[in-house]
Amino acid sequence: MTTAHKTDVIIIGAGPVGLFAVFELGLLDMKAHLIDILDRPGGQCAELYPEKPIYDIPALPVVSGHELTERLMEQIKPFNPVFHFSQMAEQVEKTEHGLRVTTDAGTVIEAKALVIAAGGGSFMPKKPPIKGIEVYEGKSVFYAVRKRDAFKGRHLVIAGGGDSALDWTLNLQPVAKSITLLHRRDDFRAAPHSVQQMRDLVSAGKLKLVISNLTGVAGNDNGQLSHVTVTNADKTTSDIPCDMLLAFYGLTMKLGPLGAICEKLGVEMKDGLIPVDTEKFETMVPGIFAIGDINWYPGKLKLILSGFHEAALMAQRTFRYVYPERKWRFEYTTSSSNLQEKLGVK
Amino acid sequence: MMLHVIDRDGKEHDLEAIEGWRVMEIIRDYAMTDASLAIKAECGGSLSCGTCHVYVDPAWLPKLAPPTDEETDRLAESAFELEDNSRLSCQILMSDKLDGLKVTIAPGTEP
Repeated sequence: MTTAHKTDVIIIGAGPVGLFAVFELGLLDMKAHLIDILDRPGGQCAELYPEKPIYDIPALPVVSGHELTERLMEQIKPFNPVFHFSQMAEQVEKTEHGLRVTTDAGTVIEAKALVIAAGGGSFMPKKPPIKGIEVYEGKSVFYAVRKRDAFKGRHLVIAGGGDSALDWTLNLQPVAKSITLLHRRDDFRAAPHSVQQMRDLVSAGKLKLVISNLTGVAGNDNGQLSHVTVTNADKTTSDIPCDMLLAFYGLTMKLGPLGAICEKLGVEMKDGLIPVDTEKFETMVPGIFAIGDINWYPGKLKLILSGFHEAALMAQRTFRYVYPERKWRFEYTTSSSNLQEKLGVK
Repeated sequence: MMLHVIDRDGKEHDLEAIEGWRVMEIIRDYAMTDASLAIKAECGGSLSCGTCHVYVDPAWLPKLAPPTDEETDRLAESAFELEDNSRLSCQILMSDKLDGLKVTIAPGTEP
């Protein structure tokens, strides 16, 4: 069995609210590990609107999602949070002294408290609404590359026009038997040098580029594709024979395993949200908290600033689980040399 | 002011629209009590997701402000089953001249 990481608090979700929770916990001497399905911090701020301006963060008249994330990372640096990226909390069990979380990558973390800061759920690949595609999923239709070898010597269709589609086209081109890159228009929103490399391969006859819409898939009952069907702008259709389809249409938020986790723990959910009290932001189960977009209480507003407030109150309660013997003390960062020392400014 | 919305099953809903609201917001408001109108609209109108895609009744197309380049890009990158009358409903603001607008919820917008 993998050795378990031990910490004070586990935070599911490294979006702005999960990140700020590290700060509030840190001021009260609590260490945190964070789990996120993305490969970087920021949650929606990183994936959905990194370049979009946000105007309602107190004292920051305007800040982009990316910059807000960077600033939060800087702010929590003194507390050395540990990140477990590109993985998803899959199982949560109660233990004698707290909780144990296991991720889909096999990471095991034990702590005294759990904070669910999962926003709108996990970012998962967007699936094209094509009838019957489920039969092929995981067999010859994929939305991510787990093992590069699986595509060796195969005829591939790669659909999409962003960085994932381009990166995997370039990466798999030397090993695949053939690749057809399929995109809706002859305009790619990817790193310019990747686009150039792709164009060079097309010119050299090593890659086929098709500008059309993916509208159908066909194959046998065992889930083996024989071809995909595309529909052109003039409504004519054509078939592209292939063994495998890799579709990269971006990510979308899905609740994922969190629903099952909550059910097993006895944490009641309401329309995909977790009800909490507004004093401690704790769920019905002691030691399990929910903050940010994932929680619900009367008057809830899905704002980053509300999540920051929720994180601060959550930390006061969490302190009692982590340090039951210690006396809770309220201090200001402006004046407390104790807090300033923790922040590394004294 | 009325907004007519055809859901995924082809049923037409007559929604009371409010001037200055985005079509996406009106649909979402009604979806709180009628799940057949539920749309994901996951980025909340920041042109980042493409999950509020609708088809605008062709008769109404000329009355709409044309899409910005950003909307056209977003549709092309993120929406599915694009048609010439595809629009993102978060980019259509209700006004007097759109009273009676008819749109159909597109695939790929399921919550």
